[in-house]
Amino acid sequence: MTDWCMVIDLEKCVACQGCSIACRMENNTPVVSPEEAKNGRAIRWNDVFPLPVHFGPDQGEYPNVKTHYSTRPCMHCNNAPCVKVCPVQATFIDEEGIVRQNYNRCIGCRFCTVACPYGVRYFNWFEPQWEETLVEYRNPDQLSVNGSLEGPAVRPAGVVEKCTYCAHRLVKARERAKAEGREFRADEYVPACVQTCTGKARFFGDLDDPNSTVSQLSKSLRATHLLEDSGAHPKTLYLAEG
Amino acid sequence: MQQTLNLHDREELIAPLYQFDRKFWTTLAVLIVIITPGMLLYVRQLVLGLGVTDLNRPVFWGAYLVNFIFLIGISMAGTVISATLQLLKVNWRRPITRIAESLTVFGLMTAGLQIIMDMGRPDRLAFTLIYGRLQAPLLWDIASLTLYLLTAVFALYLQLIPDIALLRDTAPDTAPAWRKKLYSILSLGWTGAKEQWRRLEKAITVVSVFIIPIGISLHTVTSWLFSTTVQPGWKSTILGPYFVVGAIFSGIGLLFIATTFARQYNKHLKEYITEIFYTNLGWIFIVMSAVWFYFTLNETLVVVTEQETLEFPVMASKLFGQFAPAFWGMNILMIAATWILVAPKFVSDKPTRNPLLKTITGLGATAIAIIIFFLLWLRLPALAAPAIQTGLLIAFVLFLIFALLGITKWMKTRLITSTVIASAFVLFGMWLERWNILMPTLTHARLIPYTTYLPTVTEIAITISTFGILTLMFVVFYKFFPSISIWEVEEGRALENKSGG
Repeated sequence: MTDWCMVIDLEKCVACQGCSIACRMENNTPVVSPEEAKNGRAIRWNDVFPLPVHFGPDQGEYPNVKTHYSTRPCMHCNNAPCVKVCPVQATFIDEEGIVRQNYNRCIGCRFCTVACPYGVRYFNWFEPQWEETLVEYRNPDQLSVNGSLEGPAVRPAGVVEKCTYCAHRLVKARERAKAEGREFRADEYVPACVQTCTGKARFFGDLDDPNSTVSQLSKSLRATHLLEDSGAHPKTLYLAEG
Repeated sequence: MQQTLNLHDREELIAPLYQFDRKFWTTLAVLIVIITPGMLLYVRQLVLGLGVTDLNRPVFWGAYLVNFIFLIGISMAGTVISATLQLLKVNWRRPITRIAESLTVFGLMTAGLQIIMDMGRPDRLAFTLIYGRLQAPLLWDIASLTLYLLTAVFALYLQLIPDIALLRDTAPDTAPAWRKKLYSILSLGWTGAKEQWRRLEKAITVVSVFIIPIGISLHTVTSWLFSTTVQPGWKSTILGPYFVVGAIFSGIGLLFIATTFARQYNKHLKEYITEIFYTNLGWIFIVMSAVWFYFTLNETLVVVTEQETLEFPVMASKLFGQFAPAFWGMNILMIAATWILVAPKFVSDKPTRNPLLKTITGLGATAIAIIIFFLLWLRLPALAAPAIQTGLLIAFVLFLIFALLGITKWMKTRLITSTVIASAFVLFGMWLERWNILMPTLTHARLIPYTTYLPTVTEIAITISTFGILTLMFVVFYKFFPSISIWEVEEGRALENKSGG
């Protein structure tokens, strides 16, 4: 069984926010006004933020200053707190370890957003809007199985959305392999953020395959999880800085 | 048990049900004026989305959830207290059981309303039943709430049956036909036969036994919504009992206010709801406040002393940070309420010569305390020396104590007024307590910068509207049914006569 996993090398990350933008274009994340963004309503499935979060990015005194940044997709936890609290199974872990979100099922109770220790889940406070020409550049892809609506599909107001490791790309890659009459290989699919990463700091692959890059990197001494004490057993791996 | 009713009682308790006088219409009009803005703003929220609130990331829950817990709390107490007193065969419960039980039903209904208002997609409410996951704490809450609501409605209805039959039999000729019909349907053919009484009392006992654990489970499960998450400040084992105690505490507060409101509304009720009810339930109120302080101390002290990196910032924001006004406000309100309830027990009824207990002393001390408070608040440079500051602070506390002592005698002679004041303090304090549990944790997320949250006009209006709806249901219900259980009071009198004569 495949077990999809992302590895982020913070040593290589230049905090360019390219992943954030690629994610936004790939997944049709609605744009909000600057005032709304200031009020914490911005939606960034893949966020780039300074560390430590609560005390600002700059540490030390000039000229000995150091700035740390981190980038954060969904952790796709094995023991996901969001999945455990969802009253209607709108969010669930699929067979390949991806935590997905069904917009047609979500009742908007926001329990998952409260339960997630990483804050990777976002709520649609208003009907999503795009400025005139931007509408034409929306990604037409969507993921829909038996009445569910997932992935980059345009979300209605009042539902929760989150990073899916671009699960629709996985479906597309599988279908392409099938159409070409060959076996699907794990390296045929990467999320948009991995594809775009300027510093080549992101790696993606199958954790169950001992020869994959992510498996090799997961054995690194620098390999660590974000907030390991939260008990969520996060899957997304970080290679620590320094 | 006799089915005959004193003519005097009938006039006082049943006649007002058919009098749609000016007072009733004025109350109704005022309530509608209170309710309307919130409802209009809710429609706006439905159309535009939840963005009209001040909710944001990470404060995904706000005033609606605080109201929800608060309303669950006040509703829990009514039926649980009435059932406990019923099982203990406490006689002074009789005039207040009806009001207590109806508060439960109305409180639960408005609590459910809060959840719907908080939902992003209220149109998908039925999904919780169709696709419900029983492993999810929210579904435990829905199940518990539904069960408690159904049981509470059943308990209220059981207690009402003999009274409805009485209404059916004594309806005046001028009464509208549909009301007569309503009573005759609802009375289920009650004739007051011996077998019917035997079965009714058995049923009431069974329901009373079951409703106590259901009520406690509801508030415990509500606390589990928070304590089963991994968020700092919530993952605490005391949260369940803490919520239950707080619920009974605030529920008694609302019960006092509702009964006093009913007494004021229909002056005849003063003969039935007497001071003995205020004295006796007041003792339970005092015990609850003691337990509440004990739990609050536990919750606070442990987190403060361990100074854990995630938990402590949450607690610090309550003690010194942005939630300090709410936290200390809550504590001051609770201390004041406890003082109002306890202090009069220590002074005698007789006129006193002790100058400390005179009202004039209290007023004077209050005035001086206020002056000192402003001197401290203005931070005058002439009084900046540490010794003077400390002296002023000590004087402030001293005069505050004098002020509290001074009003004690006044409170002693006005039991009902002081109980209602204490109840209002407790209700407001308990709302703040729920705020203090929810908000500090939500604003202190792990990977999101600390934020703030202040309810917008929409949320405030909807909150006011909710309490308006609660009062409206109360007022309208008691235009159709007597606000005290007539048959229970009769039964009590019969028992008294038997033992007395």
